[in-house]
Amino acid sequence: MSSIDQLNIIVLLKQVPDIEKVKFDFKTGRLDRSSAEAVINPFDLNALEAAVEIKEKVGARITVISMGPKTAEASLRDAIARGADDAILLTDKRFAGADTLATSYTLACAIRKVSSYDLVICGEKTIDGDTAQVGPEVAEFLGVPHVAYVEEIREVKRDRILVKSKMGRNYYIIELKFPGLITVTKDVNTPRLPSLKDKIRSRKAEITVWNADSLLDLADERYFGATGSPTTVAKVYVPKAERRKGKIFRGDLERAAKEIAIVLREAHVIR
Amino acid sequence: MKRHGDVLVFAENNDGRIHPVSYELLGKGRELADSLGVDLNAVLLGWRMENEAFELIYRGADKVFLYDHPSLEEFDVIRYTQNIVKMVRETEPDIFLVGATRIGRTLAPRIAAALRTGLTADCVDLKLDEEGNLVQVRPAFSGNIMAQIVTKTRPQMATVRYKVMKMPERDTGREGEIIRMKVDVIEETGMRIIEKTRADEVEIAEADVIVSGGRGLKRPEDFSLLEELASLLGGVVGSSRPLVDAGWISKDHQVGFSGNTVKPRVYIACGISGSPQHLFGMRDSDIIIAVNKDPTAPIFNVSDYGVVGDLYEFIPLLIREVKRLIGGGKDEGEH
Ligand SMILES: Cc1cc2nc3c(=O)[nH]c(=O)nc-3n(C[C@H](O)[C@H](O)[C@H](O)COP(=O)(O)OP(=O)(O)OC[C@H]3O[C@@H](n4cnc5c(N)ncnc54)[C@H](O)[C@@H]3O)c2cc1C
Ligand SMILES: Nc1ncnc2c1ncn2[C@@H]1O[C@H](COP(=O)(O)O)[C@@H](O)[C@H]1O
Repeated sequence: MSSIDQLNIIVLLKQVPDIEKVKFDFKTGRLDRSSAEAVINPFDLNALEAAVEIKEKVGARITVISMGPKTAEASLRDAIARGADDAILLTDKRFAGADTLATSYTLACAIRKVSSYDLVICGEKTIDGDTAQVGPEVAEFLGVPHVAYVEEIREVKRDRILVKSKMGRNYYIIELKFPGLITVTKDVNTPRLPSLKDKIRSRKAEITVWNADSLLDLADERYFGATGSPTTVAKVYVPKAERRKGKIFRGDLERAAKEIAIVLREAHVIR
Repeated sequence: MKRHGDVLVFAENNDGRIHPVSYELLGKGRELADSLGVDLNAVLLGWRMENEAFELIYRGADKVFLYDHPSLEEFDVIRYTQNIVKMVRETEPDIFLVGATRIGRTLAPRIAAALRTGLTADCVDLKLDEEGNLVQVRPAFSGNIMAQIVTKTRPQMATVRYKVMKMPERDTGREGEIIRMKVDVIEETGMRIIEKTRADEVEIAEADVIVSGGRGLKRPEDFSLLEELASLLGGVVGSSRPLVDAGWISKDHQVGFSGNTVKPRVYIACGISGSPQHLFGMRDSDIIIAVNKDPTAPIFNVSDYGVVGDLYEFIPLLIREVKRLIGGGKDEGEH
């Protein structure tokens, strides 16, 4: 299967609680992670699908990497069922409590350890961290160019890719040379569901597990996890719903329309 | 109190003009700099941007670091990062603010990683604690909770949402200094723009009036009713997420957590229940008007004017009244 000429693609994906189902304590502002199933971050499914489509078109070997608890292995198996070839789980107490800088540093070290890669694909953002920072920070740590918010992949060649992205008021078609990184939006494709056969096959797949020691030939332990994280959450709280004047009209819609039209004029939006 | 470094704002160049979010950041940055007793500076990259550099002073900057060079005319994340990182290392600001636009969110993480400093995404508020550290407020978990983040490294970097900070007045009498910086010209960055086309999408975040539709609409065609009202008021049409997901209207119209944050003078919500994710994107509008059949809909909690009724009945009546006022409004007198 593998040939010298084949592209090497790395997909970064994170396991997150299913946000549609997760229970939320509005008093404490805490999320009950045990209340919902853990899934692949939805935007990362688009990243994986983009890699699989490239593989189908021009041939590629896809390695998925995730940093998280041991249970994130389930998401990596899911990724294999969806078309990834290899999977690496970065798990260690020393990685825990990482902010985006420490996460990106750790992921970049793991990518370096994989050795040769042409393209790294990330989701636009995660639904729990929701920063959209990890992709660009990984690119900086790797010292490669990146294009964020990719909504279309136009063309893939051996040494470059043509992507479409919207920034400011414009659409750009950008040529990105390998090695490089892209982050994709959910407009880039529609992820497929894995077949039952692939699901069964993935149960036996081997997942490589690396801990902090596995990266130490390339990394400095002080930059991992909570120690390596410059930002900390000082406080979480539920925002107070601010109440407004709240004049309510019922029944007489004619009168409501008259009064509201006057409000609009007083707001100078009727000239 | 210990001596602090300056406050720095990234002035985003949008096709030769400065993005308004940068002015908003200068407004906030001015407050922070004054409390800390330091200068407020801006960094601007582009080509032939001198006039725009003055605008930054009129909006509150003390110094503008100007990188003016043809290679910087279009945004290139590698060229921008390298020049800015060098400047930040030399000037050592305490706080560095960037607009949370796509350009800002592409650029800021690279700068933060290069400087190995913390970056807080998509802030909606910024303040100082007693020691002068920056407290960064951002929503988490789709806007259900707010988190306060502090950064132990310097500069403390944050991207900040457009339209959450107040726009400072433009004062052409203000004085400041424009410092022309030596540009590091990087020829090959691994990226090349092959084509650039103007996106002819609505800039909903700029609109003064937004008339939004939600699942109370029965058919996609019914947006035309909202459009009629919006255009009478010089505004645009917005939408809640389900209708965007269903393909009734394009994503650029979506208001809310995963769409646009808007702050128009008037927001009219038609058939929208007022989920936390929707409220997140519009709750700071000056005047909120809601039309909903259900008197218990949460949208009424944030509305200045609530109409309990069928939008299909009410909106045509409102259109009629608005037209009447446009047509002279005899009984109400001239305005
Ligand atoms: C991670 C995440 C992100 C999200 N991001 C967004 C976002 O950015 N923006 C967003 O909007 N949503 C977002 N949502 C979805 C959000 O949770 C709600 O599902 C959505 O806002 C509901 O839309 P709605 O109010 O149009 O529909 P509904 O909640 O179904 O409300 C429809 C309302 O219309 C009223 N109605 C029905 N018929 C009429 C009539 N004839 N006249 C008057 N009133 C009528 C009903 O009483 C009801 O209150 C997000 C959800 C998640 C999980
Ligand atoms: N722990 C993680 N493991 C692997 N990839 C991650 C992790 N966190 C973030 N990513 C990647 O970075 C993207 C942006 O994440 P975020 O900055 O958290 O919004 C995600 O869509 C993933 O592709």
